[in-house]
Amino acid sequence: MDFKSSDSLSPGTAGPGTVAMGGPATRTVVGPRTEDALPASATAAVKIVIVGGFGVGKTTLVGSVSEIRPLTTEETMTQAGVGVDDVVGVERKTSTTVAMDFGRISINDELVLYLFGTPGQQRFWFLWNGLFQGALGAVVLVDTRRLEVSFDVIGRLEERGVPFVVAINSFMGAPDYPTEELRTALDLPDYVPIVACDARKRSSSRDVLLSLMRYLHSLAVTPEPS
Amino acid sequence: MSGSDKVWDDADPERLYVITGGRSGDSQGGSIGLVTLIVSQSVPTAGMQPEHATIVRMCQAPLSVAEISAYLHLPVSVVTVLVTDLLAESRVEARALVARAQLPEPSLIEAVMHGLQKL
Ligand SMILES: Nc1nc2c(ncn2[C@@H]2O[C@H](COP(=O)(O)OP(=O)(O)O)[C@@H](O)[C@H]2O)c(=O)[nH]1
Ligand SMILES: [Mg+2]
Repeated sequence: MDFKSSDSLSPGTAGPGTVAMGGPATRTVVGPRTEDALPASATAAVKIVIVGGFGVGKTTLVGSVSEIRPLTTEETMTQAGVGVDDVVGVERKTSTTVAMDFGRISINDELVLYLFGTPGQQRFWFLWNGLFQGALGAVVLVDTRRLEVSFDVIGRLEERGVPFVVAINSFMGAPDYPTEELRTALDLPDYVPIVACDARKRSSSRDVLLSLMRYLHSLAVTPEPS
Repeated sequence: MSGSDKVWDDADPERLYVITGGRSGDSQGGSIGLVTLIVSQSVPTAGMQPEHATIVRMCQAPLSVAEISAYLHLPVSVVTVLVTDLLAESRVEARALVARAQLPEPSLIEAVMHGLQKL
């Protein structure tokens, strides 16, 4: 198997978690680098999901705010039974694997925030059960050159009752629509925040997360508008 | 185009089958999720399955299931099975996700905001 991290990341000499140990028989230790270890006091974690089409800047956003170099995890979708192998008596399964990038921000000594980037296309929705379970909320990352992907994603999040904000990633040459025009185009209710961002900038990406948190805070103190 | 969104069709089911002893992980439900923090309660001992030993070694400091999956290059569903084994033997401890129960606690949100503002 070949697990490639995003090509938008700077190349390292070794994989993120691979530390070569010296000595006659060189041994490879798998795990986080010492500086990437969480304190023993870390007792709780929360997560936010970044969702959007290919190339919209999910990995870039995760990478610009993460305290660790973004990691890649995978989830398999197993379809049982297409052909049952009678000879061995083992059910043949076809599995498709999708990679998700994620990063981490230590909020304080006890609390850790994880950010997961996931592709928005419908064929990846099988990932969503595990991903959105218990998630605080989501950021829908939008490239105004390709609004289509966002429609399905937004509809799906609304169906699942996942609170989200929409972040418009500013690409060179992308049409610069007024917010209200985008709101209409995306058929978004008034109360859903729309923010502009440059996913390459840490402060801009942080502000996207902060606007999601402010929105969640408003939902927590006042009942959801209807 | 990001390589990370690529769909692999070459996950080796045989290898994964051997590691889990044919058990399938339910990564959708159960108490272990992507960001459940796993912390070792022991050190690896001789005779442990290599993947179990690696997890115990890796989790001397807390580590999420997603991170274990990334470092081991194993699917989350497989890691879930392995971690469940270790939990049953009390070799590791699991620290749960703080879930969004309907609407999140304002104080939890405030804590996260405060942490983000320091970035
Ligand atoms: N101009 C511009 N380029 C960006 C921005 N965010 C990401 N990119 C670039 O767009 C490409 C795709 O980004 P990536 O994060 O891999 O997208 P993903 O597929 O959603 O993970 C990369 O080459 C990024 O450098 C942005 O805010 N502005
Ligand atoms: Mg990506």
